[in-house]
Amino acid sequence: MTRPRKLTKWLVALVVLHGIVAGAGFFAPYDPVEQDRDHPYLPPMRVHLMDAQHHFHSRPFFYPLRLREGSFDQYEEDNAAAIPVHFFMRGADYPLLGFVPSRWHLFGTDGARIYLLGSDAYGRDQLSRILFGGQVSLLAGLLGAGVTLFLGALIGMAAGYYGGWRDDLLMRAAELFLALPWLYLLFALRAFLPLAVSPFKAFLLIVVVIGMVGWARPARLVRGVVLSVKERDFVRAARGFGASDIYLLRRHILPETASVLLTQAAILVPQFVLAEMTLSFLGLGVPEPISSWGNLLTSLQQYSVLVSYWWMYLPALAIVPFFLGYLGLASALQQRSGAYKIDEKSSWSPT
Amino acid sequence: MREVRFFTLRGRVTVGLFLACASFLGLPINGFSKPQQPNPKEELLVSPGEIGRSGGRLVISLRSEPKTLNPLTAADGTSREVIGAMQADLIHINRATQLTEAALAKSWKISPDGLQYTVKLRQGLRFSDGHPLDADDVLFTFRVYLDESIHAPQRDLLIVAGKPITVQKVDAATLIFQFAKPYGVEERLFDGWAILPRHLLEKPYREGRLAQLWTPSTPPKEWAGLGPFRLKEYVAGQKLVLERNPYYWKTDANGARLPYLDELVFLFVPSADAQVLRFQSGETDIITRLGAENFSVLSRGQRGYTMADAGPGLEYNFLFFNLNDLGDKSSSDLTRKQKWFREVRFRQAVSAAADRDAIVRLVYQGRGSALWGPVTPGNRRWANASIPHSPRSLERARTLLKEAGFSWSTAANAESTLQDSDGKPVEFSILTSSSNADRTKMATLLQDDLKQLGMRVQVVPLEFRSLIDRVTQTKEYDACLLGLASFDADPNSDINVWLSSGGTHLWNPSQSHPSTTWEAEIDRLMEQQLATAGYDQRKKLYDRVQEILAQNQPMIFLASPDVLVGAKNSIANLHPAVLEPYILWNVEQLYFRNGPENASR
Repeated sequence: MTRPRKLTKWLVALVVLHGIVAGAGFFAPYDPVEQDRDHPYLPPMRVHLMDAQHHFHSRPFFYPLRLREGSFDQYEEDNAAAIPVHFFMRGADYPLLGFVPSRWHLFGTDGARIYLLGSDAYGRDQLSRILFGGQVSLLAGLLGAGVTLFLGALIGMAAGYYGGWRDDLLMRAAELFLALPWLYLLFALRAFLPLAVSPFKAFLLIVVVIGMVGWARPARLVRGVVLSVKERDFVRAARGFGASDIYLLRRHILPETASVLLTQAAILVPQFVLAEMTLSFLGLGVPEPISSWGNLLTSLQQYSVLVSYWWMYLPALAIVPFFLGYLGLASALQQRSGAYKIDEKSSWSPT
Repeated sequence: MREVRFFTLRGRVTVGLFLACASFLGLPINGFSKPQQPNPKEELLVSPGEIGRSGGRLVISLRSEPKTLNPLTAADGTSREVIGAMQADLIHINRATQLTEAALAKSWKISPDGLQYTVKLRQGLRFSDGHPLDADDVLFTFRVYLDESIHAPQRDLLIVAGKPITVQKVDAATLIFQFAKPYGVEERLFDGWAILPRHLLEKPYREGRLAQLWTPSTPPKEWAGLGPFRLKEYVAGQKLVLERNPYYWKTDANGARLPYLDELVFLFVPSADAQVLRFQSGETDIITRLGAENFSVLSRGQRGYTMADAGPGLEYNFLFFNLNDLGDKSSSDLTRKQKWFREVRFRQAVSAAADRDAIVRLVYQGRGSALWGPVTPGNRRWANASIPHSPRSLERARTLLKEAGFSWSTAANAESTLQDSDGKPVEFSILTSSSNADRTKMATLLQDDLKQLGMRVQVVPLEFRSLIDRVTQTKEYDACLLGLASFDADPNSDINVWLSSGGTHLWNPSQSHPSTTWEAEIDRLMEQQLATAGYDQRKKLYDRVQEILAQNQPMIFLASPDVLVGAKNSIANLHPAVLEPYILWNVEQLYFRNGPENASR
């Protein structure tokens, strides 16, 4: 496969994946915070095409689950009533892409609720929670990467271009940032904030923290590129014609760092999604009842959940296709540019 | 008790050291008996119950290390659990029947005016180091408990009507306790006062070192008690090993001296999940303080052990609002919110909206009971049956809010928001202990319940110590979800919660004057029942207290979990009780059915 085709393939895959998460309201059958208190820890339901009498149905259906007598979390299929799955039906209100009010859902049912990926301790639909949770986690990752790359490019270019004491100062600062124990600082920071932080503020805090932590690495890479580019003939020539620093940086140097920045972006986004998950897992992320991939996993801190309800692990699987997509994209980008090596060992470690 | 003690047990606050530790009785002296064989001159107590076999070691896990083995200063749950197996009291409350029974005291008599208690000690008893027990030890014990410089947390219980009780020795085996006023709990008072060995402690007491004495690392030789077990070995961070007290003063029906077990080992296992794993792997023999989820995990994989639901316990969980009068220190935000919190109809509405059945089902998996008052179904003797168990009703809640001047505004997205009379949206946060998954779950359910009334609620899980600090010290919070576990079924064990001057009067602790008329009435009733003799009279007073609480909802009572325990099948004589210590209360009678060879390791 040629390189551009490979790149396109990964890009398309990522766009589709992000599209699903962005349109969570449409793809998810239910409101992610709606509790169905009669069905806690319901296992994923099976969708059938064959009924108990071995008759084929063209419309998929499922059998509702009911609690086994005297049990809290053991369900059995009730073969008496088959409930058909309808496509493109009206259900709970949601803002599509964050602002278009809509009621249309990809699928849904009349009567009993369908839980394709099971339900959690409060009977909330796991599928809907994973999709909506993805919005928080991915957005945090993307915004965090944006902040980081902006800071990294700015600081890296300044350090590389001006050199001297400014370079020393900025690079020592970068080392300091790499060495700080961020997780503990974040705990301390949280202690100074008011007790109840609104979901929006908690989200911003996470983005800012993730963004602040990561700038040092891209800054060093950009600085390296700038150091070599600024001695190239076309830059010298432009300077000879009297071009200003800003013009040089913008017109001649910044474009040369683009491939490094793009590759970095493809690597940083999944890392930052993981960072968001770590922070939310530890209770520093968006508060209940809003879901994110990290706080969906917090219930696994309990031994009883760990050994009893396997579908509570599913949010962890959700990140796998995204990671594959981003890392595939990063390697395709790297192959295309070929010029700069990706630091494969770079990883964002919360400690 | 005017003093509050909190300590964490699964993040629970347990209150009160009221009738605290479990210990057992003592007996008299008699010089030269060989310790193992009961001597006819020893007035031993014959315990009814199944005859067991001697030998074996019982291993049990504790959530934390005991801070001290000194009954005078022990305030945390684990210390008291361990001390319970090592010490004995004059008159003991049987954890199963919840009634008093003779312990170190052979008999007692209360004078008709209720002011004088004459207690007769058993003859011929010995401490675990072989030294005889007599009335001087009892005198010494009460002298040090009453000594203010010791700061014994239970000291206040010995002060009646402002005067400390006095103890006189009549002869080597008879003592007279004198009260300034009749004491409502009567002889239950004597439960939990471990009788101390004067021969070991008098010198340190005179030197002022007594309160610091008897840590877990004390050499066993410097330690003595009257309980079924005595100190053997302590390994910091790992375990505390107790061995059989050969001088123990109870026998079984065949006359064999108790306890049956040779050793009792407490392992320090800090997390609930780790305790479950240890029990599952057979490393520990008994597990208590189980959550419903772990209980069902263990029930599913039963092999060689049995799980038991001992029924409703005495723990009650509730939501309360910040009703402190903070004056100038209060933030304007809190002052505004307190206007709602102080409105009784607001609290009643929150109570009406709470889905208690869902809490019992989803949090306790059905192993618990919904609550409308502080007295749980586990405490039949004191519960007021006439408190209405109103089912959840959002309509009633809305009516109450409307009457109190609240209204609803509907936003563009069709979500209605509750507003106060100034048009401000009703928003507040609920603190819960982050180490207690059950309570965080309750708060999340409440959050959803209250959303249906248009209230915007945030759940804030906080580390337990900082939570307690906020509630009792800085008072910077809106609402908080907590649980309390009474030590005894008697209302006095929670007196510190209900008196407005009490430190555990959580919604507005340690007031110098009751800030509302109903709090003043509760104060009066509680103090009255304290000095009233006779169950019927006291019950009437306490029923009224429960009514006032139900009416004013300073605490919105939610649910009470069952006491869940598990034990290996090889252990016999198990009678799990709903009072602490749930299983170890009759530790002297526990034995291994197939003899010691089947005991763990």
